[in-house]
Amino acid sequence: MSSNIFFDPVFLKNLRRRQIKTTLVNILLLAASSISFISIVVIVGSLVLESSIFFGQVSITEFITGTEWTVLFTPKKFGVQPLLVATAITSLIALAVAMPVGLAVAIYLSEYASNRARKPIKSVIEVLAGIPTVVYGYFALYFISPNLLMPLIEGIGVHSALAVGLTIGVLIIPIVASLSEDAMYSVPEDFRQAAYSLGARKLDVVFRVVLPAALSGIFASIILAFTRAMGETMIAAIAGGFRVYYSWDPREAMQTMTAFIAQVATGDAPHGTIEYQSIFAVGLLLFLVTMAFNIVALYIVKRWQVRY
Amino acid sequence: MEKSKGVSSTFVGGVVVALVVGLVLGLVAGPSLFGVPPQTITLIQTVTREVGGAGAVTITATPGPTTVQLAGSIEIDGSSTVYPITEAVAEAFMKIHRNVDIKVGISGTGGGFKRFVIGETDINDASRPITKSEAEAAAKNGIEWFEVPIAIDALVVVVNKAATWVDCIAISELKRIWEPESKVRLWSDVRPEWPAQPIRLYGPGPDSGTFDYFTERVVGKAKASRTDYIASEDDNVLVAGVERETYALGYFGYAYYPEAKDKIKALKVQDDEAGGACIEPGDETAKTFVYPLARPLFLYVSKKAWDTKPHLREFIYFYLENGPAFVKKVQYTPFPDHYYVKALALIKSGIYTGLYELTRLKNENAGPR
Amino acid sequence: MAGTVLEVKVLSRRDRLKKILDIATPVILAIAVFIAISAVAALLITVVYQGAGRLSLNLILEYPSANPAEAGMRSAFLGSFWTVGLSALVSMPLGIATGLYLSEWSSWRRFRRFVEFNIANLAGVPSIIFGLVGLSLLTYGLGWGRSIIAGAFTLGIMTLPLVTVSAAEAVKTVPEALKHGAYALGATKLQVTRYIILPRSLPMMMTGAILAISRAIGEAAPILIISGLLFIRRDPVSIFDRFTVMPLQIFNWVSRPQVAFQELASAAIIVLLMLLLALNASAIAIRYRFQKRLVL
Repeated sequence: MSSNIFFDPVFLKNLRRRQIKTTLVNILLLAASSISFISIVVIVGSLVLESSIFFGQVSITEFITGTEWTVLFTPKKFGVQPLLVATAITSLIALAVAMPVGLAVAIYLSEYASNRARKPIKSVIEVLAGIPTVVYGYFALYFISPNLLMPLIEGIGVHSALAVGLTIGVLIIPIVASLSEDAMYSVPEDFRQAAYSLGARKLDVVFRVVLPAALSGIFASIILAFTRAMGETMIAAIAGGFRVYYSWDPREAMQTMTAFIAQVATGDAPHGTIEYQSIFAVGLLLFLVTMAFNIVALYIVKRWQVRY
Repeated sequence: MEKSKGVSSTFVGGVVVALVVGLVLGLVAGPSLFGVPPQTITLIQTVTREVGGAGAVTITATPGPTTVQLAGSIEIDGSSTVYPITEAVAEAFMKIHRNVDIKVGISGTGGGFKRFVIGETDINDASRPITKSEAEAAAKNGIEWFEVPIAIDALVVVVNKAATWVDCIAISELKRIWEPESKVRLWSDVRPEWPAQPIRLYGPGPDSGTFDYFTERVVGKAKASRTDYIASEDDNVLVAGVERETYALGYFGYAYYPEAKDKIKALKVQDDEAGGACIEPGDETAKTFVYPLARPLFLYVSKKAWDTKPHLREFIYFYLENGPAFVKKVQYTPFPDHYYVKALALIKSGIYTGLYELTRLKNENAGPR
Repeated sequence: MAGTVLEVKVLSRRDRLKKILDIATPVILAIAVFIAISAVAALLITVVYQGAGRLSLNLILEYPSANPAEAGMRSAFLGSFWTVGLSALVSMPLGIATGLYLSEWSSWRRFRRFVEFNIANLAGVPSIIFGLVGLSLLTYGLGWGRSIIAGAFTLGIMTLPLVTVSAAEAVKTVPEALKHGAYALGATKLQVTRYIILPRSLPMMMTGAILAISRAIGEAAPILIISGLLFIRRDPVSIFDRFTVMPLQIFNWVSRPQVAFQELASAAIIVLLMLLLALNASAIAIRYRFQKRLVL
């Protein structure tokens, strides 16, 4: 009997049912995946909605260009620059720490370390990444500030942008290290061998062949580390001091955007007051800045990544 | 992926899972195993406190007519100055009445009032009296309340122990340092003989009643202050800052001072506008309000909470019954003993006004009006 | 300008410099690595030195107190347990579903790229922003209050990228041969997923979930926004209860000047780190255990 299974009614009925189930599950999974998109929309939406109350009373120009932020006091001034400068300083100091150390670790792990040394060193770096930021804040306030900074630097206090910046720097070393190492690891071995065969020293191979080839990934890792530093809250709240102060002097205690949000959110909670709504305005600014940088990083990776 | 030699990973995983499970089980089973005893009302409860450095204090909780199990929650927020007292009382109360849950926040007097006037909290700790606008807001929201003075605070101005150049500071000098748009940056800007070092200022944030009181008393207008100081609603942060920096200057409620006495120094304050002398903060000078920065501390109780929550009433009775002991324990200055007795009697008889006038009565024979 | 194969005895100044650098470089790099490691070591040693004396079971059995000798972080411990546990219930189904979709089910390349883009962006959003949005949307918008469930959903969405990425990776490790063989035999996508993909990728997905949980346990900023700073002396009984978490309790104690509280904070940090270590070790153990089985 020429029985083609596709003509068997029982099989066909089951097939239909299975197809429907598959389609249903497909829709379900699709819906779940859209949560990621919906989340971003919701984040932007709530921030914009909540800060619209703020911007109804404060002009965007005053917000961006003003240099005094006295939202919690009277008379109220709404220039966000002191907070912005504080965030910028701490993040830049953090980068100044994490870039050399992170890159060095990455280069060492990728090009120089023996196979046996690689595992434990990587694990230690992973540990750095896993430590909660409150612990880092504790570290900044009770170790870095009193033992390292105050004895060595004239005119620095317990709270300072330097303490915050250095500690955040340690926090983001793993980001630079692991992403850069991945980038360097994916440079084909052929490149290195070709360079060696031309008589290059290891120094040349690493710094003139591998590094340039991995540059896009390294650059992206630096940007991502930078945005992570900008978004860091607990370290800034514990070791930075709640003091709005417009200065580029890292020895001063100054409050970052994130620390300001933390201060107000834990202080009073009444919805609708200008003090409360200001945290959404600051939050929106922080979100836009970090998102802009992140998108640039993603773009760099996509566009400049040399495919091998 | 290399296979790991040595300890089998199953074993490691098993141990780890066992640890975590054990941790959790231990916690869940903890109450019955490690003795959180069932609720009993005993004749004498001993509460030992270390805050303020003094030794043990015995608080007697006499079992009232309440053999009824008290249960429910009380939401308290407000001043970080009043907080140590309320926290101590709440802790002791919860040890006796295990089904009562009291949460105490430290949003600051102003922040606490913002929640109080919309009915979010039952009691507000306040280091200053309620303002007209706050009272109006409460009335608008239908929140009735009454005021219970509970202690006197000698607000201290502190410097680091190593700041040997200063011992007494005048109100006018404090004003020059703290007023808005102040030009004072160095110690020598205040008095030329002082060091030419930047003053690192610490103080409560603008939601704090301490801030309101200080600015009103020293600068002359409530909430008028320079803004470039290190602010915190948490007085512990202020203590920590002044403790560690030689050129720091800060102000906060007295309770946070004794613990750090070996590292910080409370300045004598001179009310030079009134021709006064340098007065040291302390019990005696605060009680008589001779110390220029002595101020009363209050509880504000929501009438609705009072009427609907028997456990809250018991809490307030407990507070007033043991007031002097707790206040002394926390190193504030209590009102005269007879005030607490009279206030308790007044409240129990259903009269909720005029408690502040009671604090002014000179002797215990004067009756309440 | 690389040197030639023929090594010339007389080296130019530049080449001599390079030769020195060539030998010096690994040393310099090793020093940098040493700096990184000593930073970790300094941190851990400081914490252990201050806190080891204060460790006791009471730390998780007792409630916080004004008296540091009596204080513990029971309410924070349970709060973390409830909140993070619940957040895993949120992030795991969503993350695994998204991971499956991205790696196996999606047929529209554009949409897949779009989702990946959004996941990458979500991963880069500062944690405090999640707290703000959670406060606005869940606490006030939906009226959930400053409760465990608001915190849980906030943490859940925050850790979603982590779970998604590891789920997607997990699905990708299933050998193509197996899947294609099954399809060739007429299996539907659902059957392949159920019988072939999930059993093999579940361990790696679990690893991803555990990593997400580790991340969520250590997060203080979003919970700070949603819950505020609280002195709680009660076990949570419902998901609508107010709560606090371990990192916040540590934050509370760190802010106090009394040495006794510093010790308490360090001890609490040790407990937290031990917990994280246990979690990470179990993640690694799971990975090794099931990796050995992966034949084919």
